[in-house]
Amino acid sequence: MSERVGFFTDTSVCIGCKACEVACKEWNDVPDDGFVFRATSYDNTGGLGASTWRHVAFIEDFTERGDRWLMSSDVCKHCTHAACLDVCPTGALFRTEFDTIVVQADICNGCGYCVPACPYGVIDRREDDGRAWKCTLCYDRLRDGLEPACAKACPTDSIQFGPLEELRERAAERLATLHEAGVAEARLYGERPDDGVGGDGAFFLLLDEPEVYGLPPDPVVTTRDLPSMWLWAGAAAVSMAAACFGAFARGPRR
Amino acid sequence: MAECHPVGFQWVMEAKARGAKVFHIDPRFTRTSAMADAHLPIRAGSDIVLLGALINHVLKGAHDFREYVLAYTNASAIISEDFRDTEDLDGLFSGFQADNASYDPASWSYEGEDVPREREEQARGGRVHAGSASADQYGSGGPSAHPTPHTDPTLTDRRCVYQLLAYHFARYTPKLVEELCGIPRADFQRLANAIVANSGRERTTAWVYSVGWTQHTVGAQYIRAASILQLLLGNIGRPGGGILALRGHASIQGSTDIPTLFNILPGYMPMPHAELHETLEDYLGYAAGDTGFWGNKRSYLVSLLKAWWGDSATADNDFRFGYMPRITGDHGTYATVFGQIDGTVKGYFVIGENPAVGSAGGRAQRLGLANLDWLVVRDLVPIETATFWKDGPEIETGELRTADIGTEVFFLPAASHVEKEGTFTQTQRLLQWREKAVEPPGDCRSDLWFYYHLGKLLRERAGDTEMDAPLRDLTWDYPEEGEHADPSAEAVLREINGTGPDGRALSSYLDLAPDGSTRCGCWIYCGVFADEVNQAARRKPGREQSLVAPEWGWAWPLNRRILYNRASADPQGRPWSERKSYIVWDPDRREWTGPDVPDFEKDKPPDYVPPPGATAQAAIAGDAPFIMQTDGKGWLFAPAGLADGPLPTHYEPDESPVPNTLYGTRASPARKTYRRPDNPANPVAGTRFPYVLTTYRLTEHHTAGGMSRSLAHLAELQPEMFCEVSPQLAAELGLDNGGWATIITSRAAIEARVLVSARVRPLRVAGRTVHQIGVPYHWGWAGGGLVTGDAANDLLGIVLDPNVYIQESKAATCDVLPGRRPRGAALRALIEEYRRE
Repeated sequence: MSERVGFFTDTSVCIGCKACEVACKEWNDVPDDGFVFRATSYDNTGGLGASTWRHVAFIEDFTERGDRWLMSSDVCKHCTHAACLDVCPTGALFRTEFDTIVVQADICNGCGYCVPACPYGVIDRREDDGRAWKCTLCYDRLRDGLEPACAKACPTDSIQFGPLEELRERAAERLATLHEAGVAEARLYGERPDDGVGGDGAFFLLLDEPEVYGLPPDPVVTTRDLPSMWLWAGAAAVSMAAACFGAFARGPRR
Repeated sequence: MAECHPVGFQWVMEAKARGAKVFHIDPRFTRTSAMADAHLPIRAGSDIVLLGALINHVLKGAHDFREYVLAYTNASAIISEDFRDTEDLDGLFSGFQADNASYDPASWSYEGEDVPREREEQARGGRVHAGSASADQYGSGGPSAHPTPHTDPTLTDRRCVYQLLAYHFARYTPKLVEELCGIPRADFQRLANAIVANSGRERTTAWVYSVGWTQHTVGAQYIRAASILQLLLGNIGRPGGGILALRGHASIQGSTDIPTLFNILPGYMPMPHAELHETLEDYLGYAAGDTGFWGNKRSYLVSLLKAWWGDSATADNDFRFGYMPRITGDHGTYATVFGQIDGTVKGYFVIGENPAVGSAGGRAQRLGLANLDWLVVRDLVPIETATFWKDGPEIETGELRTADIGTEVFFLPAASHVEKEGTFTQTQRLLQWREKAVEPPGDCRSDLWFYYHLGKLLRERAGDTEMDAPLRDLTWDYPEEGEHADPSAEAVLREINGTGPDGRALSSYLDLAPDGSTRCGCWIYCGVFADEVNQAARRKPGREQSLVAPEWGWAWPLNRRILYNRASADPQGRPWSERKSYIVWDPDRREWTGPDVPDFEKDKPPDYVPPPGATAQAAIAGDAPFIMQTDGKGWLFAPAGLADGPLPTHYEPDESPVPNTLYGTRASPARKTYRRPDNPANPVAGTRFPYVLTTYRLTEHHTAGGMSRSLAHLAELQPEMFCEVSPQLAAELGLDNGGWATIITSRAAIEARVLVSARVRPLRVAGRTVHQIGVPYHWGWAGGGLVTGDAANDLLGIVLDPNVYIQESKAATCDVLPGRRPRGAALRALIEEYRRE
């Protein structure tokens, strides 16, 4: 297996140009996601979905303490503990040699179990063909030694691609620089291996609470409790069986 | 810049990461503002007040870079005692002629100056000069002025340029900025302090602008104002300084260098005028000065004529100067449109533009198109300009009927930028060669293919009449390649570069000769094919060369990356500071040296003094960096050349909701107007059009949308025409976010979805609240688009800057109503109602 790779998206230098959205769609041949004027700042994409694998959020924050227009390019987090992978019955979702999570379109049967399993609401089924789609971290490009299309297109290096460990170091440095510059609200999101998903393969530097960007504050892999649930279910089955057995063994009483 | 030039903006982000402070001055809070250290919202059309106040701040506080100013600018020059400032004449300079709304600039000249011939021409009422956009012809150089004016090095003479500046801008105060721009005094002070602190020996400040500065009736004067400020602070010709013009789109710089403009020839030489330039000698007598590098204009022009007419151009026949077409006045794009409406223009080529949507006064554009005999449109998709006759807004209102339109429309599919080879010239004057990635599909062909084969067909039909001689004798012999007989773009580039007597490619415009022994299609591009190598195709990565990266592409002239870089050294040729060292004089090797190509004669020592009567570059002193100017100086005060005054002055836009509190003269008196029924103006008085309208572009789309509305991946990102309004105005008018609004001027009423945003802020101007409405102009009703919408340019009137004939797209007035616009005849009725009131 190769070294684990991922994205570090530094939203403090995102200029909201959406080149990532376009490059992603061009490279991966993702269809348009509808032509809907949403009247939500400059965001007419809405969110990640089957036909949107990079989504730039625009948050207008004009208050007494200052004027901010936050922009952030969201993407599949390629979780360490990926629930989508756990629940996929066909093996369409798999972990690649780069430690990224990819859906194989020719195997996916459209059961949709992965959709509610994702703690971030990333993976989604396409209405017309029923299958599930999401960011592949440009698996085909990685195999050819190229960086993913979104990172390649990003003019300000807001989207950085590389070995995850290296990205984490870079992110820590950037965070320190921003804190030093007085940007106290800067924080990392998804970089900690001890979080609810075991750390994200795609993590972020945010300038506000995750909820502001539409990200869950404390995501937990939805299959975390599966083993214990099986345990409880098993115990329940055992006690039920014991109860039944007991009932029959003793026989009816008069 | 992040909004319209996101790729270039990466360098601003890099500068920011290295500690640069970024101020963003814009009516709206844009994606650039989001990244800036400070955003200063400004009322559209008031920038000269802001720049003037910065100039005043520098002068009042004696913050100017005095050694630089004294040595390199015309600050000490004495101006004619006949000169009167706008302060004396309530908003007019001396020389204004009310009967034809133009200036006689004679009184602006240096004291004691013999009026040169060119000035005589201007003095004849300025009519011919102003009437043919001559002020635009000075291009990279300047008009002629006396090479050695009287000076006062103490800068105390009340008629020296420095004192005239101080007098002119004295009333441009922070208070006035607050009053007219809507920028609070504290914000202005922060900006003023920052640029002063960041200029001088050790530091430099750059200004970056785009069409937000140019598309005004005083657009050229906006840039002049920035030039004055930058010269005073010593920020020109030095690394990290400058005034950086971001062009409208790819290779617009190239289309002025090798112009698609009516008034200039390649390399910013004036287009010959029928009344003035009968012979080559007449032309050379008028065009530009005799001192400075324009002094070699004979070599530039004769080489151009030789490139075009080859062996047939000889000294005996004026090198075929007589073959050159002549202009007789205003043949600009808007004059052409009115000519179409009036029936004097019968045919029209539209190449890579969409004027029915993308040019000001959309209705006038379409009325013109509908009155042609023939129209050729070459584009990637059938844009609105090609389909107006069946689906245009005037068809909807019943004003035009398809059956009545006689225009024969030829739509020819064009090859895109990846389907053809050639160069782009970008904003830094950098030529970058592109390979053809794929063959164009079907019948799509490059513009080069089109013009070349059209030329061949025309030449086949040329008779032996005198009238056809220019066509017969034209050199038109490019090698053909591929199955479609594409002419070689490299051969064209080589022809532009020029060749010497031996037929080999030239390497410098210094090698051009006045005797017809050299050929060159554009003198400033000479060297792009030096050593028979396509220098524009060079792609050495930046990390493998110096910071200046001279081996990435090729910049005109002579691969210089910073113009006038002689100014990066002090008069003695030493760096102003180690930190800002760039081009310096090496006294041992007796030459200028540095990481860039010196923009100076390499071996001209700093102490060179021109002998009396010297011409061309020999007349430029060793400490005069501005080598294209006749006096080698940066002009704080323009003694000649501008159609609307020697100094920038605040005038209100043609349409504005507030009075000019500075002068009795409200708008620029020399602005170019076309007052006709098909181009009405909103009344300036009254309350019918109370809001400021400004138009602009978005990252997601390209200009009039021909290249983006048809692409799903772009169109979905901004799928509908919208307008941006402040929450306050939305509340006042009852506009709902996501709902509809109708925007009305005396030209048109269009509808747009409403985007309510605190990014648009009401401003306090002249004691009242001024609301600004922002509209992007990317949409049209068809155009092969996946997304359609009304065209913002329909709202605008046609009124131009008198120097360069650009339209005022950035500031107008309008009214706004909630809801969608009426359809059909009711739409015209609504507009008529507004025009009556």
